[in-house]
Amino acid sequence: MSDLPKSDELFSHIDHRPPKGKDWMDIPVDIRPGMYCYSANPKSMETLSAPNVRKWNPLEEDWLLPDNWQEILHNGLKERLEKFRSFKVFMDICVRCGACADKCHYFIGTGDPKNMPVLRAELLRSVYRNDFTKAGKILGRLAGARPMTLEVLKEWWYYFFQCSECRRCSVFCPYGIDTAEITIMGRELLNLLGLNIDWIATPVSNCYQTGNHLGIQPHAFKDMLEFFVEDIEEITGVNCTPNYNKKGADILFITPSGDVFADPGTYTCMGYLMLFQFLKDKYGLDVTWSTYASEGGNFGFFTSHETMKRLNAKMYAEAKRLGVKWILGGECGHMWRVIHQYMDTMNGPADHLEVPVNPITGTTFENAASTKMVHITEFTADLIKHGKLDLDPRRNDNLKITFHDSCNPARGMGLLEEPRYVINNVANHFYEMPANTIRENTFCCGSGSGLNAGEDMELRMCGGLPRANAVKYMADKFDVNMLACVCAIDRAALPDLMNYWETGADVTGVHELVGNALILPGEKKRETDLRGEPLPGMEEEADE
Amino acid sequence: MNVKYFYSFLAVLVLALIAWVGCDLLGLQVLFGVILPYIAVVVFLVGFFLRMMDWARSTVPFQIPTTAGQAKSLPWIKFNAIDSPFTTGGVVARMFFEVVTFRSLFRNTRMRVNPDGRISYDIELWLWLFALAFHYTFFVVILRHARFFLEPLPLPFEILEKIDTFVQIGQPVISMSSFALLGTVLFLFVRRVYLPNIRMISLASDFFPLFLIFGIVFTGIFMRYFAKIDVTAAKELTYGLVSFNLPSLAKMQGIGSIFYIHVFFVSVLLVYFPWSKLMHMGGIFLSPTRNMANNTRAVRHVNPWNYPVNVHTYEEYEDDFREKMIEAGLPVDKKE
Repeated sequence: MSDLPKSDELFSHIDHRPPKGKDWMDIPVDIRPGMYCYSANPKSMETLSAPNVRKWNPLEEDWLLPDNWQEILHNGLKERLEKFRSFKVFMDICVRCGACADKCHYFIGTGDPKNMPVLRAELLRSVYRNDFTKAGKILGRLAGARPMTLEVLKEWWYYFFQCSECRRCSVFCPYGIDTAEITIMGRELLNLLGLNIDWIATPVSNCYQTGNHLGIQPHAFKDMLEFFVEDIEEITGVNCTPNYNKKGADILFITPSGDVFADPGTYTCMGYLMLFQFLKDKYGLDVTWSTYASEGGNFGFFTSHETMKRLNAKMYAEAKRLGVKWILGGECGHMWRVIHQYMDTMNGPADHLEVPVNPITGTTFENAASTKMVHITEFTADLIKHGKLDLDPRRNDNLKITFHDSCNPARGMGLLEEPRYVINNVANHFYEMPANTIRENTFCCGSGSGLNAGEDMELRMCGGLPRANAVKYMADKFDVNMLACVCAIDRAALPDLMNYWETGADVTGVHELVGNALILPGEKKRETDLRGEPLPGMEEEADE
Repeated sequence: MNVKYFYSFLAVLVLALIAWVGCDLLGLQVLFGVILPYIAVVVFLVGFFLRMMDWARSTVPFQIPTTAGQAKSLPWIKFNAIDSPFTTGGVVARMFFEVVTFRSLFRNTRMRVNPDGRISYDIELWLWLFALAFHYTFFVVILRHARFFLEPLPLPFEILEKIDTFVQIGQPVISMSSFALLGTVLFLFVRRVYLPNIRMISLASDFFPLFLIFGIVFTGIFMRYFAKIDVTAAKELTYGLVSFNLPSLAKMQGIGSIFYIHVFFVSVLLVYFPWSKLMHMGGIFLSPTRNMANNTRAVRHVNPWNYPVNVHTYEEYEDDFREKMIEAGLPVDKKE
């Protein structure tokens, strides 16, 4: 992006003081290139029969809305107030104490007052008050109410696509008001008018048709994994060819397609392949991948509850068709929010599956007894705890690692210790970032919830500032050079972010580190890590 | 001047004026001291109940607790039973600490961009401290008013009053809670006006209750320590309200208008309460991010309106890609 300002320039222009003497309702929305994503491609919108499909441009005055668009929104709002207690209660009980204000990474990175979670919610609340409360109807603006206008609609669109639904504000809110819930509803309402962004709509369409966000067709999916198999064989001498769509396998493995597609996620994917080969050779565990359920992520979650359900249905359906015992899920953020908090409710009960038991350790995953899907770091941590993996952590000795908690596993799941336990067992140099930037206080990568497009790079770099700033601190203080994470969007987004803010750190998935440390039965002497870089102590040999 | 707090301030002044004119000039003590308080209590109770029912009518389709600690997973990983509760007991504990200690607000930090380019997030407890002090002193002040309604005064109230008045400087004894409450209201007001971002997000409905509560406390303090109303007569009225045995009109007229302004303010607060943000008092108990257990993978949550959706089935998928799949050596269900 040529328009992207230099990082020091961007940093020096951040001002957290609001414009003086102006009510926020009087500040017109300015849809600025670099801060928004392109509108949805009509073709993608047609796949799921979205309403009001047409080509439109957010920068143009006319958004080509249906004549009764206000009525559609009003009715949509009414329906959701009745269907979601979270939404209704959160519309009513905010006292505007402001505790959330400086907790949002987009506010920290942009200084735009409408990025304070409380104001983002007020954008919607103001219309709710106007339409549904007596005070709003009688007192109007004095009661914080305003009618729905085209100007307001544009403001909704701009700011509901500047929230990554990370829930950090919700941790600090004395009533647990979760802006993610409000953004989710806001986006559902916008979708009633066909106002989606392309970075969400096209992956959703692809996922629906071909099984994954990137639209990788079955044969190509196999090709791509086979490419990794070749790489692994070159590095380790071991053939890790996986099973595809195998009926009667023990476990179905599903991970985000992003890791099949782009570095550095690909190395994480290699880590999975190696782990499964190890378990097959040593313990006879039979894991299969699926080309039909080849997507762990769910951009439907960023569209509407219904779309989320339509995409997620594949997981149980494929597990049933293949007759596996239970499902194992790869490293991904929002994927795991959907699995942990929505899947069983939407598409369960999964009576065709068994309560997950790790056949190698005998551990029953009680916490997944109903949903029957286990997180790969839970699985690997259990294996390590029982001494079932042969590991040589020294192979990661060239790395000084810190760990980025992804928003959804941290605040929508509580998966904090498992990845840390795994890292500490496969590597020797691990350092925690400052306490207020990790675990439940973690900061978003700035690109979550479908915002990791190219055209909104400035927004992404602003939103990722708090994370990058903490990593830079670690790099300065402890020479940290590797940022580990358990999220595919992180792996896609963080390298750009680390680069832009000049932290000098690279990005890795946890299972890439596992892949490096794992001693495969019959492997040759390894000289490089999965990236083809010489292993510690092998630098000279590599030079020869 | 900001219209939001100007109008709110004006509204409270007008309310005071109404009560003063009503009692001092028109002799409507029965209206302000008896009829309106009765109505206010009924409106408060019924309104509060209706609002809670209104929220409760909305369904909870998904179990969406915000987790703020390690979840229960593998047996050897220590989990956070309060911030990531697995059981109902854990949820109760989480709600208890939330309601009683404002646990989430206690996490508050303040973001700062330092000259060296580092962004820091330091502990910021003033809001938590004053919010907590405000609610507790308000609570104590309300309990202390039992003296006006219960005869004889039960022992716990007696003890509470002893504690509240243990610092004595002459007569009458000073109730610390009243002054502390006044101080916290002032703090919350000044914070709203002084901090630019908080000023920006504040609505008239954020200022109005602050002014109104300030008015209540101020008139209360004023009549106790300065105006020196006829306390015996006032008590006769308040006992009368709860025992439905009212004193004579002449007695009621002898109490002093400041008392009726105080009572009128309280009545307005009670009527206003159910229809305002003050309902956060009830709403917190219904907040799905706080009152649900983080056990969604272990125990299935049922969505009452879950409906079937169109999905792209495996059969359709295989139909789309069968040839390519066969060519790539991928297993297929139907070989044609």
